[in-house]
Amino acid sequence: MPVNTDAVGRAYGPHEPYEVTRVKIREFADAVDARSFAHLSEEAARAEGYPDVVAPTTFAVVIAQRAEFHVVVDPEVGVDFSKVVHADERFTHHRPIVAGDLISSIVHIDSIAQRGGISMVTTRTELVDEDGAPVSTVVSTLAVREEA
Amino acid sequence: MTAENRPAFDGLEVGQVVAERDVELTRDTLVRYAGASGDFNPIHYNDVIAESVGLPGVIAHGMLTMGTAASVVEEWAGPGNVRDLQARFTRPIPVPNPGAAHVQFTAKVGALDAEARTARIDVTVEFDGQKVLGKAQALVPCS
Repeated sequence: MPVNTDAVGRAYGPHEPYEVTRVKIREFADAVDARSFAHLSEEAARAEGYPDVVAPTTFAVVIAQRAEFHVVVDPEVGVDFSKVVHADERFTHHRPIVAGDLISSIVHIDSIAQRGGISMVTTRTELVDEDGAPVSTVVSTLAVREEA
Repeated sequence: MTAENRPAFDGLEVGQVVAERDVELTRDTLVRYAGASGDFNPIHYNDVIAESVGLPGVIAHGMLTMGTAASVVEEWAGPGNVRDLQARFTRPIPVPNPGAAHVQFTAKVGALDAEARTARIDVTVEFDGQKVLGKAQALVPCS
């Protein structure tokens, strides 16, 4: 079953807020070889002008991929996860993410383009803080191969 | 993005290499990234499943490659100073077991905006002599 192009414009969320912790930032920094002490130590982060340890650039994917999962599992969208390849990704940060943030997300299906047996599904996840102020916009495209 | 830790704009030149790094990706690296990111797609740790969907074997998460590229840029830009980052995943990186995939990251000044005092940093990521990311670009506000 091909991906349903009528799903363009759908939105999911806001989901349960994600609590950003120092431990998770440290784990993520280790995993992507981010070497600044500002990811590890509150003191080092303060010296750089942040209120607490600051997340690496792509940390927002931890929150965005949770949101995008709601699109992938929606039977009315029709994505077969075993046929998915990640095509592209973009982060636009309105401010850096720091430990202690409580971040809510809404994911939008912005476009579905079908060509040559592949559906390109582009989602945009908007991350906002407790005050509703924008934190990051994460745009992701999945390439879904259709049945031969 | 704080005023305290931005890199200096003056003196930057288009084409200048601002940071580079050689990274060895192993199965250990992949499992670590899976746990840290929550991306447990089995094509990143299970050869049988990876081959069943037509891959040569386990491949690295595209987001691990992009995240590492971001860390290389951050090494110059300062933590939290990449305002915008994009990339296309054009080629998979197969990660052998045992062994390692050797990946080279090079971050260069791609463009400068004197009015906004921002630098566009272009990251080249090469594996086996071929680029694995397309249009990998970071926007960095400078002082």
